[in-house]
Amino acid sequence: MKITVVDYESGNLRSVIQALRFAQIDPTVSGKADQILSADALILPGVGSGNAAMKALEEQRLVGAIREFIASGRPFMGICLGLQLLMEITDEGGVDCLGVIRGRVERLPSEYKVPHMGWNQVVINKEHNIMRGISSSAYFYFAHSYYSVPADPNVVLGTTSYGIDFCSILVRDNVFATQFHPEKSGSVGLQIYKNFVQNAIK
Amino acid sequence: MLAKRIIPCLDVDAGRVVKGISFVQLRDAGDPAELAAAYDREGADELVFLDITASSGSRETMISVVEKVSAKVFIPLTVGGGIRTVDDIRKILRAGADKVSVNTAAVLNPCLVKEGAGRFGNQCMVVAIDAKAVGSAGKAGVLNDLALDENSAWEVYTHGGRNSTNIDVVKWAIKVEELGAGEILLTSMDKDGHQQGYDIELIRTISEQVSIPVIASGGAGNLDHLYQAFEMGKADAVLAASIFHFGTYSIEKAKQFLSARGVVIRR
Repeated sequence: MKITVVDYESGNLRSVIQALRFAQIDPTVSGKADQILSADALILPGVGSGNAAMKALEEQRLVGAIREFIASGRPFMGICLGLQLLMEITDEGGVDCLGVIRGRVERLPSEYKVPHMGWNQVVINKEHNIMRGISSSAYFYFAHSYYSVPADPNVVLGTTSYGIDFCSILVRDNVFATQFHPEKSGSVGLQIYKNFVQNAIK
Repeated sequence: MLAKRIIPCLDVDAGRVVKGISFVQLRDAGDPAELAAAYDREGADELVFLDITASSGSRETMISVVEKVSAKVFIPLTVGGGIRTVDDIRKILRAGADKVSVNTAAVLNPCLVKEGAGRFGNQCMVVAIDAKAVGSAGKAGVLNDLALDENSAWEVYTHGGRNSTNIDVVKWAIKVEELGAGEILLTSMDKDGHQQGYDIELIRTISEQVSIPVIASGGAGNLDHLYQAFEMGKADAVLAASIFHFGTYSIEKAKQFLSARGVVIRR
């Protein structure tokens, strides 16, 4: 079982690696296209700004590899910015993203404090095995200023309320992504890593 | 709803915690990783580690502390103390921290906040501000856009509270938000250590002037003080050391207390 974590100098990768080790997986951490394409499952983490992240992925020539991996149907998990990058375009710098999911990324409304920072609840809209053992309205840790607006509401598995109700968990076929940081969300977050690994093994 | 956060602060000297909860069940009360895990079990929403080591070789020690803690604890981790360059920030984040807190370095070199935010994201740049009340007459000094004026109520201090700067706290808070800070850790030097409550006026003023989260610090002596910081001070989070350190209150108890009074808390 080979799980690759995409390394594009995007901040705290170590917590993602530690969470995977907790789920009994020693991941491959790489910024190389061949390590992405040869993986059984792929994780795209990410903090920071959307335009800087896309620039880094382009410079490392990873955009095509990530798209190709996702199209192959193998399990994919995006975290925080890793969810936003799946969209077509982001208002953060007005750049094109990976375009895997139809929709755009917008800035959180300013009537509340931005960044949306801290623990907030995720309401789960429908049953899905990635959320096994986790109750609806559990708290997860968020740290972001932008949020994704998928064109197809059917891909929204979980929503969170912060001035607006936004998509905090996205699922479509083999693609799974969270706006929050499961690796920073205590035991409920680690449960998501376990579920992802178990689903990938199957 | 977004929950209000309770953040214990641990002072680390040469890789050892010198101020932390006295958990009876711990094998080693000074081990940062063990203490962090205990705080996590109690329900801490985040942890702040402050490196107070005086020696210059402390960076490497702190990096290894962060690596050990992040292997055990899966809640957000902020590290402060002695961070001066973008490379310092990068190393601490790579070791497993989620945020860095800068204080003196931000005053001496505001570009550090901008560069750090640009490279690693606003969410990981915490600017710590040590604030001290100025006398009613205010203070004359160098004229620049951040300087104290006749309306200034608090002055920014650096170097662990030893040096005055002639900078107005409100103006500085607005400035660091512009520079890209994702959060402000606001300590009242007047209240710190006295356990008589936070400086509510200071916290509310800053919280209303900026649109980024404000962490209240300095002065917590009982659970009602935490409540006041949230309700009257409009704080987004509270930092506390002593009340947890001396075992007077557990984080669990603090959360029960606040929750019963209608504060939204992660339980």
